Amino acid sequence: MSRNEITITIDGVECRTYEGEYVLNAARANGIFIPAICYLTRCSPTLACRLCLVEADGKRAYACNTKAKDGMQIVTQSEEIMEERRAIMEVYDVNHPLQCGVCDQHGECELQNYTLELEVDSQRFAIADTKRETKNWSSVLHYDAGLCIVCERCVTVCKDMIGDSALKTGPRGGAAVDKSYKQSAPKDAYAMWNKLQKSIIVPSNGTEYTNCSDCGECTAVCPVGALTERDFVYKANPWELREVPATCTHCSSGCQIFYETRFDSIDNTEEKIFRVKNEWNYVSLCGAGRFAYDFENRDVKRDATALKAAVEAIKGADTIRFGSMVSNEEALMLQRLKEKFGMKLYNPEARAFQKFLDAYAHASGHSLYPNDFREIMRECDFVISVGSKLRNDNPNARYVFNNIQKINKGAGFYFHPVGDRLVPTFGRSVECFEHRPGDEEAALYLILDLFADRKKLPKGVLNYLDTFHEKRKKTVKEKVMKEVVEKLLDKETGEEKEVKKKVPQMVEKEIEYEHNLLVERLGGDAENFDEIFAKMMKKKESFALIAGEDLFFHPHYENIAKLIALIEKSCSMKVVMTPPKSNSLGVALICELDDECEGYTIGYNAPGDFRLSALGDGDLDMPAMNQQEGTFVTMNKQVVPTNAALEYGGYELNDIMNELGMGRELTIEWTQELPVEKGFQCVKFDEMPNYYLNDGTEKRGYRLATIKRRASRSNPKKLDDSIVISEGDIAYRCNPPRQFSDFTDKAHQIFEKFALRASPERAQELGERVEVLFDGASIVLDVEADDRMSGDIVEIPDFKSGEDVISLFGESRYSKVTIKRV
Amino acid sequence: MSLEEFKDRNIGTQNYRMLDLGESPKSGMEKFKQVVERSVKLELFTGLKVTFREMYKALFKKNMHTVKYPFEKMPIAPRYRAIHQMKRLLESGHYRCIGCGLCEKICIANCIRIDTRYDENQRKEVSEYTINFGRCIFCGYCAEVCPELAIVHGGRYETSSEQRASFSTLEDMLTPLEQLAEQSEFPGFGAISPNADENVKKTPLAY
Repeated sequence: MSRNEITITIDGVECRTYEGEYVLNAARANGIFIPAICYLTRCSPTLACRLCLVEADGKRAYACNTKAKDGMQIVTQSEEIMEERRAIMEVYDVNHPLQCGVCDQHGECELQNYTLELEVDSQRFAIADTKRETKNWSSVLHYDAGLCIVCERCVTVCKDMIGDSALKTGPRGGAAVDKSYKQSAPKDAYAMWNKLQKSIIVPSNGTEYTNCSDCGECTAVCPVGALTERDFVYKANPWELREVPATCTHCSSGCQIFYETRFDSIDNTEEKIFRVKNEWNYVSLCGAGRFAYDFENRDVKRDATALKAAVEAIKGADTIRFGSMVSNEEALMLQRLKEKFGMKLYNPEARAFQKFLDAYAHASGHSLYPNDFREIMRECDFVISVGSKLRNDNPNARYVFNNIQKINKGAGFYFHPVGDRLVPTFGRSVECFEHRPGDEEAALYLILDLFADRKKLPKGVLNYLDTFHEKRKKTVKEKVMKEVVEKLLDKETGEEKEVKKKVPQMVEKEIEYEHNLLVERLGGDAENFDEIFAKMMKKKESFALIAGEDLFFHPHYENIAKLIALIEKSCSMKVVMTPPKSNSLGVALICELDDECEGYTIGYNAPGDFRLSALGDGDLDMPAMNQQEGTFVTMNKQVVPTNAALEYGGYELNDIMNELGMGRELTIEWTQELPVEKGFQCVKFDEMPNYYLNDGTEKRGYRLATIKRRASRSNPKKLDDSIVISEGDIAYRCNPPRQFSDFTDKAHQIFEKFALRASPERAQELGERVEVLFDGASIVLDVEADDRMSGDIVEIPDFKSGEDVISLFGESRYSKVTIKRV
Repeated sequence: MSLEEFKDRNIGTQNYRMLDLGESPKSGMEKFKQVVERSVKLELFTGLKVTFREMYKALFKKNMHTVKYPFEKMPIAPRYRAIHQMKRLLESGHYRCIGCGLCEKICIANCIRIDTRYDENQRKEVSEYTINFGRCIFCGYCAEVCPELAIVHGGRYETSSEQRASFSTLEDMLTPLEQLAEQSEFPGFGAISPNADENVKKTPLAY
């Protein structure tokens, strides 16, 4: 999509914006206020509220769906417009319960704000009210239909951003608007009212309950108190809550969030997090980000003997094993410990990613992938995902994939061995390939085959790609118009007439086509692939590749890195990667990690002989991520700060460093010491911003620099069938959505269990509880059916570090297993 | 308007009228003379006359002015701002407080706290309400801001007890159910003005 800069005039102010940008966004980016309730940035305009009525070149238009053209003249306020807007707010206020004091949105309610902004001080409309029941849609969603103004923001965000499409408008059963208002009410207000009287929000699956990933984004975007988190209902008022700008640390998205804290209750005056808020116009959270906030290490006192023991343990340690939910500062401290004491640092997820990045840097000539997710979401219209379970792995990768389908009118390929019923619903042009585990290289070769500029490909690769093409014949059915003679009886005269008619008929025909063996190998429809692909490629300009965790945990990761580097070079394709866990990217850059874990092990939020733990179950307590300051590296290569939301009374890693004589006064003093040669900058923690501008520009920390090096020129290897798992029971290491680590598991609003997940059919076969046998080890798990999965592969979660599932799987995310009923 | 009036902060000499008390005695002789004069004139009994008159009234006419506190109490003005009262709805007897938290927000001494929860009837229940009377400055803002006239000031001015919390929970401040009939409206800040109807625009209803 092209982004030409143009100038439009809004209320006499010249505004720079891009061609095709909506006028509303242009105005917001330039600090001009146009009221609007139903519009969400990054989503399609709903046109439910009609408040953003403006005059564009003298004509009435809605700012949220009018695209800016060069030289456009916009007037945002005139008598007619203000009358329309006031009437619309009056309509919204009709029968809206006057219980603001009870409502959870009281104080940050857009209905309240606009009613005051547009100076509604009397009411001229009336209609009989409809009884609307309050409902709990899921374990986290609470819907009070009585408060709903049907702006459809929840419906829009669920469809365009999240991709669940779990909500829709349903019949309200309200009275019809009195016809007499047609004369007295302004046009738009009347039309809006008619629509409002007919609809209400309902789950889209036709039941009382939503079947979605429980991300709670709908509660965030709700302008009134209609949609709230069940746990938060009537607990606190927005103005009592202290907003702590922070970064969500559950996955590598590193979304900006606000922890909202307050004293717990009258009896317990300790500070507690009540909910998590986000800048929903620019960031969309997942269920873990929004609901897994209470993972703090509570009631910790300074235990000097435990600290001494920890210091001794570190001095005598052979290995420090740690989880990826550590800040850059902590990672740096661990690296310093390694430098001084020579112990090993073990973090399997980050190590796999580190090795992959090394191989990638070797092949491509730069240390990091060139693009970021925000960029591809804005610009790309064809997105390919290889090796990530979109629904489970990284929520933002999924949102980006979905958003490109919906907003950029895009298309997408989804390569993954585990069948998914949700991804195909993201858009009409989404083509899913359920290939065999281990065959990710074939997917990358297919991308090269389809998208590469052949001139840029090395000869060896080109020849190899040609071996996958065959001329074959297929029979197609074709519509042919055939002339048929029919006899008709004329009723009036009783005469028979012969009438000639043309009737369509299907004729089978054999034609020659190019058969792509790669498509066949990946489980695609090779016969019709040419047509499907041609359709998908219509009007597509900008392409993106999302490389997922499966590629880092792959026996041929080096070859995959080469292929990705080659794709980047030859396909004009934007490339992004999803680091496997929270701060895997930061850890991979800062620490020199080792491949194995030996001898006496210190476990930092990980299994070990001496455990430092922020979960409250270790030998020495550590602060959880919502109790300490620090920086993270997100998958957008941004180094972002997070603040402490809650108090912590114990020791932190820096205290241990101080005992060893290597510490700083404060943990955040390590921030400016992060390795510049790896792309970090010497920036003080307190100088890092953490906010968004009105036009959506991210002002959070700083961008990692990409380090250039010499690229090697060796061709990728050919496909190797020996690593492809094609038969037997296959297990896939994959967490349920909303579960990432022990910390999400600790949160009281995350209900996903540590269980084996399978498609409903497979789950029925397996029974209630199974033992999964790996090479030399086994694990016993409950079986849960996931109705959005299909196929026979089962998912085994790894979010409980104590179970050490990652070691069961070793270097791949897939494993051949034997599953026995227990 | 000139601000001179406000700028003159020397309030000590402003508009004060000195009492004419005559000359004070200076020498010892003059002082002696004054004592003798007062004794002989029996000025003392002029004062004692008032005392005896009131004593007579109290003892024989049953017209006593002394209030036997704490057995007796003076009536106080209805707008007096002492310990808070939580009012009930007259019809149902349910407490009026809706738990909106405005009193908590406006309280300048930051002494009010409310716990609310989502109850079984899908309503906001005030599970606990406290005022820390160690901090309360009885400014009356809470009563003024309350949209339901639920919290008002009462006339209970005795605030000594063994525990500060003794009269500061919802239970303590609520009108006892058996006294519901005697519950009266607080006429102070926050009460509806007598001409409130004239100032409100009516909302049409379609019933």
